[in-house]
Amino acid sequence: MIENHKIVVENLNLYYGKKKALNNVSIEIPSNKVTALIGPSGCGKSTFLRALNRMNDLIDGVKIEGKVLLDELDIYNKNIDVVELRKKVGMIFQKSNPFPKSIYENVAFGPKINGITDKKKLDEIVETSLLRSALWDEVKDDLNKNGLSLSGGQQQRLCIARALAVDPEILLMDEPASALDPISTTKVEDLIFELKKNYTIIIVTHNMQQAARVSDYTAFFYMGKLIEFGETNKIFTSPSNKQTEDYIRGRFG
Amino acid sequence: MLMTKLFSIQNKKRDGKDSLNRKFRLSEFLAENIIKLVSFTSFAAIILIFAFVFREAAPIFFPQEKKTLSTEFQQSETYGEEPAQSTQKTSQEYASSNSGASDVASFKNLTQKEWQPVGENPKYGLLPLFIGSLKATILAILFGAPLAILAAIYSALFASKRLREIIKPAIELLASFPSVVIGFFALMTIATFFQSVFGFTYRLNAFTGGVAMAFAIIPIIYTVTEDALTAVPKYFSEASLALGATKWQTALFVIMPAATPGIFAALLLGFGRAFGETMILLMATGNAPLSTFNIFEPVRTMSATIGAEMAEVVFGDTHYTVLFFIGALLFVITFIINAIAEFYVRAKLMKRFRGE
Repeated sequence: MIENHKIVVENLNLYYGKKKALNNVSIEIPSNKVTALIGPSGCGKSTFLRALNRMNDLIDGVKIEGKVLLDELDIYNKNIDVVELRKKVGMIFQKSNPFPKSIYENVAFGPKINGITDKKKLDEIVETSLLRSALWDEVKDDLNKNGLSLSGGQQQRLCIARALAVDPEILLMDEPASALDPISTTKVEDLIFELKKNYTIIIVTHNMQQAARVSDYTAFFYMGKLIEFGETNKIFTSPSNKQTEDYIRGRFG
Repeated sequence: MLMTKLFSIQNKKRDGKDSLNRKFRLSEFLAENIIKLVSFTSFAAIILIFAFVFREAAPIFFPQEKKTLSTEFQQSETYGEEPAQSTQKTSQEYASSNSGASDVASFKNLTQKEWQPVGENPKYGLLPLFIGSLKATILAILFGAPLAILAAIYSALFASKRLREIIKPAIELLASFPSVVIGFFALMTIATFFQSVFGFTYRLNAFTGGVAMAFAIIPIIYTVTEDALTAVPKYFSEASLALGATKWQTALFVIMPAATPGIFAALLLGFGRAFGETMILLMATGNAPLSTFNIFEPVRTMSATIGAEMAEVVFGDTHYTVLFFIGALLFVITFIINAIAEFYVRAKLMKRFRGE
């Protein structure tokens, strides 16, 4: 059913100290699709997401076993440069976190640290990134305004633009709309729909409707285990697992 | 049915002994007022010290109240813009040991280039002392600040949690070093070492004192900088790292700019601490009140002057008053610096995170 896998995870185990947060997770995530990760709080879906660009490395005492293959390359291999990996695998956080700099500087940050200094090139990247994140029309006249002065929804789209500016292949989104009002949420969801043409998107969400609306595939996590994974349609209409069904019907979690 | 039952229960409660009337709680009252008293005591102590220092320094602003002992010098007494005080003679409550020809702390006398408070013709020039303080302080900042800031960056952003738990208290422990011990160390060891390495003409000089005082200000700059760096919300550094920035790029381009006001505050606090520091400088700078900007010559700072001379001065004398005036100046300068660090910088820091 799936022809093209962007990420293949094999038997991933993750420990925070002695606590096992991910238990033998195996999953194949397709290219240029939106995959939603759902599950109750503390089920390991955010941990799993952060394992995909090795943000968990920043936490003391994390131990990881198993394989995460990105384009058939194990990202936990010793020879992998974490910095290069994170350029390929962008991340959007739950709380929008623009730098306390101007809008322009926020978007240009990634390209700049990659050594792009040509002003013209930077202008171009900033414009295309903001266009892609559907923020350009709202901010094109005051790119020098502080990024933190934007509204919550705009800030989140600014963060998406900032992630797009380094030209990633995959976007990891950790509840990108959980702190937003319905109108901003719609805008972000529309954006996700737009972005999947060019990017592989993995999104963690607590909002079942959101998962149903934006994703092509859905993975249900529970207690650190991947319970069920399949096309969103199928998961939401006829899940094969009892726990998945209970969760989707709102009986727990 | 159920509702009426509930209401009746509530009414019963209200009518009974457990009313919601205010109660007087003695322990609560005592605790609150004792704490209040203690905090006001420390506040009052500051005000009193402040008032005392300024009262003792006050005669300087009213030189005409100052009376002289001897008549022979009456003519030459007109120093500067001081009018001759003519006729008033003898028996004063102020016992002046100086047969004060120019023993008057006029503006002109205070701003001259020499400090010779004891002698035929006392000179109360504060300039060399001020230059001395400034030289020693700036040198201390120049040596101490880079070390402290780099150490703070390392322990806040790079060191592992365990290592940080060793480094941070170790550096902060330096703050509890008595300054006389640092001064002694500077006097005996650092001075000799520097002289043998650099071949100084004067063994004790501003350079030596500055290096020694750097030890005193490193902990304060380190601590405040470290706090400023760790106070930068984690999501800033996460965003930067997720964009593929290296740790160092993140520290330099994201965390440092966000923490700049805090680092600036740290420098100001270090400056204030160094400016008021006495013992280290008294011991390690040679204490010659020279008006030069050469950092390899001995200096005498304002604070060291008070420390060295206050014990031997005649009570109520001009010299005494001038020393208190120096004290008041020190107080005002450090007060202003600390106030800037506290209020201005904090406001700026908050603004930055709110994105105004």
